Amino acid sequence: MASKAQTPVQPQTQGFVYSALLLGWILPGAGHLITRHWVRAILIFAAITLMFFLGIAMQAKVYTPGTGDPLDLLGFISDIGSGLLYGIARIFSLGQPTVQLVTAEYGTKFVVVAGLLNFIAAVDAHNLRIGRKS
Amino acid sequence: MFTPSHFTAVLLFATFASVVFGITQRTEPRAMFKYGLYCWVLFVGSVITASWLMWFIRR
Repeated sequence: MASKAQTPVQPQTQGFVYSALLLGWILPGAGHLITRHWVRAILIFAAITLMFFLGIAMQAKVYTPGTGDPLDLLGFISDIGSGLLYGIARIFSLGQPTVQLVTAEYGTKFVVVAGLLNFIAAVDAHNLRIGRKS
Repeated sequence: MFTPSHFTAVLLFATFASVVFGITQRTEPRAMFKYGLYCWVLFVGSVITASWLMWFIRR
C-alpha cells in the first residue's frame, strides 16, 4: 500500500530552546510570532487579550497570592498564566478584590480561563519551536 | 462596565476558548477551523441542553 510521503518537521533549535514558551507566556501569541506563525499569533493574541480585558470590564476579581485560601491560590496560578496582562491588571489596580455582581462572577472566570488558555498556547508555541508540531 | 447577559457571556467564552483550542490541538488550518467550530458547538450546545434540563427539573 502506498503511503503518503511525510515531510520531516524542521526544528528551530538554534538559540534558547524555551524562548517560545517564555515569550508566549509573557505576551499571548508572542511564542507563535517568533516561530513565524503570524496568523496563529494574531488570533491567539486577540482571543486571550480580549477575553482577559472583557473579564476585567465585567468587574472580575483578580487573584493575589498569600491570602491563605487554597482556592485563591489556584485562581492566582491561573491568572498569572496571562503573563504581562496580569501584571498590567495588578499595576493599574484593574478588577475588583471581591465579586459583588453576577457579571463579576463571569468576568472572574474569563480572566482565569484566559490565563489557562495562554498556558496551553505557550506550550503549543514550544512544540512548534522544538519541531514537535508543524 | 460591561454587563452581558449569561448567554452573551457563553457565546463570548465559547468563541475565545474555541479559537485557542482549534489552533493548539490541530496542525492544519482546515482541521483547526473544523475543530474550533466543533468545540464552539459543544460549548454552546451543552449550555443550551443544560438550560433546558434545568427548566424541566424546575417544572
